[in-house]
This record gives sequence, structure tokens and C-alpha cells, in this order.
Amino acid sequence: MTIKHHLSDELLMAYAAAELPEAFNLVIASHLSICDECRARSMAFDALGGAVIEDSTCEMSAGSLEACLSRIEMLPQAVVPERRHSDAVLPAPVLDYVGGGLSSVKWRSLGMGVRQSILRIGDKGASARLLYIPAGAAMPDHGHRGMELTLVLQGAFRDEADRFARGDIEIADSSVEHTPVAEAGEACICLAATQGSLKFNALLPRLAQPFFRI
Amino acid sequence: MAADVEQTDWSALVFRVRDHQDRAAFAALFRHFAPRVKAFLMKSGASEALAEECAQDVMATLWQKARLFDAERASVATWVFTIARNRRIDALRKSRRPEPEDLPWGPEPEPDQAEVFEAQQETERLGVALAQLPLKQRVLIERAYFGDLSHSEIAAETGLPLGTIKSRIRLALDRLRQQMDVKATEK
Ligand SMILES: [Zn+2]
Repeated sequence: MTIKHHLSDELLMAYAAAELPEAFNLVIASHLSICDECRARSMAFDALGGAVIEDSTCEMSAGSLEACLSRIEMLPQAVVPERRHSDAVLPAPVLDYVGGGLSSVKWRSLGMGVRQSILRIGDKGASARLLYIPAGAAMPDHGHRGMELTLVLQGAFRDEADRFARGDIEIADSSVEHTPVAEAGEACICLAATQGSLKFNALLPRLAQPFFRI
Repeated sequence: MAADVEQTDWSALVFRVRDHQDRAAFAALFRHFAPRVKAFLMKSGASEALAEECAQDVMATLWQKARLFDAERASVATWVFTIARNRRIDALRKSRRPEPEDLPWGPEPEPDQAEVFEAQQETERLGVALAQLPLKQRVLIERAYFGDLSHSEIAAETGLPLGTIKSRIRLALDRLRQQMDVKATEK
């Protein structure tokens, strides 16, 4: 598997700084789970965080070390957490949100065989959902005011510009207008995070659609 | 002064905490890193009292999780940064930040000394390069890490030698995945 479309440096730095909405963090963590190239880049941005931490200092309160040592004595033995693994389709972070594999996903139909499952996200900055697009079908029209990250987990889709297959990430801002279509052969499953509220246009008359960006 | 700091083998001190619950080694780590974590948290918007408490927490976590420290992959400063980042998310009620899947191998009990040295050197070189940046650019990077910039304000073109760090980690990941594959086919 060769991944062609990767995360931007800006997103990786913002992820290192923990300054993104949860939904974007989820998509980034999912891509890093299947892309060693971006994982290595992400670890380099963590190293920059290490250099930033080294750079400034201040005074600790009196008795700070002693207080910390007595805190340590109260700590329970650390349990080594179990390693989180991905399955063939869903990366480990998505498995955590779904609470199981693909068969545990609670899909809702959007019509024309297209399904989605909105994931439970704690903050309101952006929403995250899984999308299931039957082979050959088009992605549902929707508008978004801000950035949208789409990670392909199964199958592939094409738009006017390019082809996106498993592991590829599409970074679209609100000005991108495109009509992605799932490739023939296999259904396309994607994880998408969208800034701001989602507006699905499926029920709107065609005429209203130019008001919304896809 | 600065030279002394650069010569301290921080990972060796973490190993002493891990293997012998060595309080003197921990005290040396605490004296260096606790005030830096506290400063980091205050610059991230925490009050002095909160930053003090969280810095102690971060250092206690370093003790508690010493055996999870992967010295071949990251310097102690980098590892401390990741612990401080998680503590800051809780303390300042920031957005949750899921982690990628765990790599299928853990920290080696006897890490490769050359790799450990390289990981620590990288952070030090990065620190020197950061200090040499024009002030405006350096402030922008630091503000990004203090959580002072929105993600659309972040400019990741840093002019810093991040590419070399990436390449080394990438090579190590490739090597380890190959070893895993060999083991899997041997079974
Ligand atoms: Zn990538």
C-alpha cells in the first residue's frame, strides 16, 4: 500500500501542540496509525515540543521536590496499558470511538445506499463521522464552513483532481468544490471530520445547492 | 553552564529511576525538568498554583511510567513534553487528543546506545537552532506550542532541522517493521 496524500506540516504541528478540535485529532491519529511517514514527521514535531520545553524555566515552590516524592509514594503501581491495535479497516483510534469493529458501527441511511455514522465527539469545534459509499456512488452533497479532513479506510474515491485510496487523506477548505465518486469494485468507507456544523443538502431542491459548498 | 546541561545524560537518570527507584537520579531530573514544565504550563495560560501542581504531577508520572520511556525514539525532554501536553489537556479542559495505535514493539530494556545518544543530540541541536532563529519566528513557534495560536495561524515552515529527525525515526520504523515481518514468517 502506498499512501499518496499525507497530512500537512501545519496540521502535524497543531496536533503536536494539542490545539485542534477533537474530531481533527481523531482523523490525524487514525492516519498516523497507518502511515509511518507521517508518524515519523509527527514525532519530529514532538521533538520540537521538547526543545520548546527546554527553552524557558521558572522557580518551583519551596519543598516542591519533597511534595512530589510523597505524591509518588501514594501512587498505585502503574499498569502497563494494553497495546491498541488497528483492524483491517478501522484504525485503533476509530475502534475506540466505535467501541468495536466495522460490525459494531451503527449506520444511518442517507439514501441511495449511502450510510453514515456520527461519532461521539466531546467538543463542538468539529464533528466526525464514518461514511459508507457504495461502489460507483457519489458522496452526498454537503456544505461546510471550515476545513474538512477525509481519510479513506476502504476502497477509493475519485474527484476531478485526483484519486484517494486507503490511507490517503484529503484536506479541503470551504472553497473546495468537488464531487467525489466511489470507485467501482468495492464500497468506499471514509472517516471525515468537518469544522462547524454540517449541512446535508440531500433533501434540498437542486436549485438551493449553489448556496452551499460541497 | 549550558555545556554542563548538554552533557547530562538524562536517559541514564530515567533508567536509574526505572531500575532502582533512585531518588538522587529523580531529584536531578526534577531540578531540571519541573521548572521547565511549570514555565510551559504558565505560558499556556495556567495560574502559578495550577502550573506548580501539574508540574509535580508530570514529574510523578515520569517516575511512575519510567519503563514506558523509549529512549531510542525520543529524548527525555521530548517525552516530558508529551506528558506535560496530556496534563495540560486535562488541566485546561482542552479538546481530547486521541493517540495513534501503539507501535507493535515496546521500549527495549537495553536500548541501542548510539540511537539513544542520537535522539538526545537531536533535541539539543534543535534547541540550538531554535535559539538562533530570528526572534519573531521563534516566538511564533513557541506560541504555537503554548496553545496561543489557532491552527489556521500556525505556519509550520520553521527552517529547523526537523527533516533529519523524521528520517532517522522513519528508518527505525522501517527496520523494526521488517524485523516483525521476518519473525512473523518464521513462525
Ligand atoms: Zn501520511
